[in-house]
Amino acid sequence: MTLFFEQLLNGLQLGVFLFLVSAGLTLIFGIMGVINLAHGSLFMVGAFLAATVTEATGSFFIGLAGGIVAAGLVGMLMEYLVIQHLYHRDHLDQVLATFGIILFANELVAMIWGRTPLFYSAPDYLNGSIEIIPGIIYPVYRLFIIAVGAAVAIGLYLIIARTRVGMLIRAGSTNRDMVGVLGVNISQLFLLLFGFGAVLAGLAGAMAGPLISVEVGMGEQQLILAFVVVVIGGIGSVRGALVGAVLVGVVDTLGRAFIPDILKTFMDPASADGIGAGLSSMSIYILMAIILVLKPNGLFPVVSARH
Amino acid sequence: MKRSVKYLASLAAASLLGGAGLANAEPVKIGMITTLSTGAGYLGQDVRDGFLLAVKEEGGKLGGIDVEVMVEDDGRKPGNGKQIADKFLDKEGAEIITGVIFSNISPVVAPLALKAGAFYVSPNSAPSTFAGKQCHENYFAVAWQNDSLHESAGIYATKLGYNNAYILAPNYQAGKDSLAGFKRYFKGEIVGETYTKLGQTDYAAEIAKVRDAKPEMVFHFLPGGMGINFLKQYAQAGLKDEIPIVVSSASMDAGIVKAVGEIALGVKSSSHWNHDLDNEANKAFLTGFREAYDRNPTVYAGQGYDTAKLIASALKATGGKVKDDPDGFRAAMKAANFDSVRGNFKFNTNNHPINDWVGRVVEKADDGTYYNKTIEVVAEGLADAYASDCSLK
Amino acid sequence: MNSGRALIAVTFTVLAIALPYLLSAAGEEYLIGSATRIVIYALAAMSLNLILGYGGMISFGHAAYFGVGAYVVGIASFHVFDGSTIFGFAGTDAALLAWPLAIILSGLFALVLGALCLRTSGAYFIMITLAFAQMLFFLFVSLEQYGGDDGVIMYNGRNTLPGLDLGNDTTFYYVCLVFLIGFSLLMSSLIQSRFGRVLRACKQNEDRMRALGCNTTQYKLAAFVIAGSVAGLAGALNANLTEFVSPDYVHWTKSGDLMIMVILGGIGTLTGPIIGSAAFLLLEEFLPVAFETVGLVDWKEHWRIVFGPILIVIVLFARGGIHSLIVRGQSDDR
Repeated sequence: MTLFFEQLLNGLQLGVFLFLVSAGLTLIFGIMGVINLAHGSLFMVGAFLAATVTEATGSFFIGLAGGIVAAGLVGMLMEYLVIQHLYHRDHLDQVLATFGIILFANELVAMIWGRTPLFYSAPDYLNGSIEIIPGIIYPVYRLFIIAVGAAVAIGLYLIIARTRVGMLIRAGSTNRDMVGVLGVNISQLFLLLFGFGAVLAGLAGAMAGPLISVEVGMGEQQLILAFVVVVIGGIGSVRGALVGAVLVGVVDTLGRAFIPDILKTFMDPASADGIGAGLSSMSIYILMAIILVLKPNGLFPVVSARH
Repeated sequence: MKRSVKYLASLAAASLLGGAGLANAEPVKIGMITTLSTGAGYLGQDVRDGFLLAVKEEGGKLGGIDVEVMVEDDGRKPGNGKQIADKFLDKEGAEIITGVIFSNISPVVAPLALKAGAFYVSPNSAPSTFAGKQCHENYFAVAWQNDSLHESAGIYATKLGYNNAYILAPNYQAGKDSLAGFKRYFKGEIVGETYTKLGQTDYAAEIAKVRDAKPEMVFHFLPGGMGINFLKQYAQAGLKDEIPIVVSSASMDAGIVKAVGEIALGVKSSSHWNHDLDNEANKAFLTGFREAYDRNPTVYAGQGYDTAKLIASALKATGGKVKDDPDGFRAAMKAANFDSVRGNFKFNTNNHPINDWVGRVVEKADDGTYYNKTIEVVAEGLADAYASDCSLK
Repeated sequence: MNSGRALIAVTFTVLAIALPYLLSAAGEEYLIGSATRIVIYALAAMSLNLILGYGGMISFGHAAYFGVGAYVVGIASFHVFDGSTIFGFAGTDAALLAWPLAIILSGLFALVLGALCLRTSGAYFIMITLAFAQMLFFLFVSLEQYGGDDGVIMYNGRNTLPGLDLGNDTTFYYVCLVFLIGFSLLMSSLIQSRFGRVLRACKQNEDRMRALGCNTTQYKLAAFVIAGSVAGLAGALNANLTEFVSPDYVHWTKSGDLMIMVILGGIGTLTGPIIGSAAFLLLEEFLPVAFETVGLVDWKEHWRIVFGPILIVIVLFARGGIHSLIVRGQSDDR
């Protein structure tokens, strides 16, 4: 029972991490109508810069800040050079152009940093484990991720619901042209918004560094998961991203934790392991397919004046 | 990195010039198909650099014979591997094909080379197929047979006195082979066996299961980034000091040690080579490699270097004849009359090496970096499990 | 068909037929493998173009059908070599059995997936097609009997066809070329037919077509199945070319590659995907060589750093792809 609870917590934690990765994606997706495959590249930039700055300064938090700022700047550069030309294009053009950015970014990073994975770690007080309730020992760093994720969720909620920028964001996501008519400089707003989305991606990447390998192509593994999250939640809905992320995290974790054992109750162990691992690899895609077949616009569809 | 590459360019030029200068014979063409791009690119880079170091030592020759080494990146894609093999074999007339890193490339490239009458010399990947029933007289594996890597870890774990273990690998063929290899020689009990997703990044669920199973040790075969992810998270879960890890060299090479830093401290691994092995060939290799490339070699560089030295010994024996004297070249290859960086080296009947294996532990150096230190001999003359299925003598 | 397009079609056909002779005259016979690869990918890209270019369905999972077709051939060959059976059937090396089976199974697969995916639209459609391809990827990886991630090697070599030696590279090239030309002719009449007109109309305004009483989903599904079957055939051919099948066939970047070929050559045009496939594969093969030739040896393995921007520039500034640069006209559909 404690194992089940611990796995549930693991699922929740993975969910919160996936929310960090996908929050920026869904904002950009929802408000600007751009499918940005290069979101994973921004995630990678965040991690690589965090590693480099941490190495140079010896401080994890300065590294974190470095990763975030760098991702934001790279994101704005990306918007200026490529993305802004894609706002009025169809999804196909967006997918391909941002795919091109991925190819470019991966090679550039490989040329600058090489292909050997980089190392940096969180400070010692974030590195241990504590017993959160009797019987469950949990890594502090994962709790830290949950805390940061919760802070980002609340922060985003407050920004979107309470501020003037949030109002523009909401207005922009339902009717982009109308906001323009009202005298807001749309291209500036979008540049900043894209930068903000990139900052979130960079934050996720920099936070992930102590947990996962900092290497070329690290963003793509996260990218596909993030798209699953965004699509399940409903494109453009931050609330949907949160729910979708937790759902994906829990299903993925519980699948990996228990499917092989469940299969073993009625199969021979060797094939149960094989099939179980196969099924748990597929679990989130099955989840996504089921949800989309039942609710073609995701769990929290955003009503929009345009497609 | 820039520097090493520039070096390579001049090296390539030097080897070409060397070939032209001695106009008595066409240089022997060696096609190297290896993985230079993708996340695993450092494996191929080290194999290439190790191999080319041996060529450079002789000023563009191997065993006194002019060679031309053509290097291409397969991008870890079997289709690309085939494309390059076709070019090397049909157009360039390569007589020796080498360099393949991964077990998904070799089944495509090796048959092509063998069909064309060329010799296939693997510096790394050696799947069970080519060690057993499908073995071939012109197919040589220099590093190990895939399973041996993990068998040696099983022997080492037994030797260390562990009574039970939890084992993990990705859900694909090499992963399954690895666990089977470990179990073949591990005498203790397996308390848990988990197959993970290929390319998985989050291991919290698996780590929770390990903690729950309370094993005495953990063995895993999670190559490259996957292993780094696992180790980082394993350490953060506080398990590293509670439940020690014993792996094979592929899961604890110098690249991985560098990427996980102090987390690697104390991790034990079995290997057929280490930089501190005490033999002349190894010392010369280390000095030469550091001088040429300004970095420390990984085990893959050693394998690339050995591959070149083996080919050199055979070329010397036949006076540069490969396809013109296949029997002679084959016999010379099989004799393996060269000084290996791992000390003893000899081939089994199936053209796969019989290796000695050492146990290593990661320690901290005075300059704050971490490295694998050899502590004991784990197994001597370990032959692979498939040789009896091979009809070669 | 205007004269420009006809000229392209004729030039291509003549060039393609003469190619093996040109290559052997130039002493570059080994390139026949590359040429065959181009032909096969052209077939796959052309099938994608039917739904992508004419139907406006942005499928990010087209590699799935390519993979199904390839695995049918690979598995059938494996069981011949192994002597075992699958679902009670023996394996086969006969092209006349394996290839139609590949077409039918990938078509059925497309039917099921299409029925599910076409419930969604826009970005959701893109992502659900990707999700299904990913499922298939992990399914293939976990097929232990068929090598999992390592894939299946066709130890028996290529399939057999009565009267033709497919093991001969030139013969095999011509067989693939026949399929490509055949499908081009089929496509050309398909897009001019009522079916093609409805499909194109759906792309422009599906609501209007529905209001006119047309069951658009049925038309789109039919296109989906045709595209899936042909991609399956291409997969079967490619399995024969490399004599090897692995989950790599279904990797999501492979779907991306197919999309790039369509765009690069010219979306919504008959010959665009052929041009695109040739351009893409030639760039992939010769960009590294080009770097080496101009002395940038250290850039050789980083050829994508140039390829990425090329892709972006084409998407941003040359919307009709290479095709429009040649024809200087609008695509069939814009």
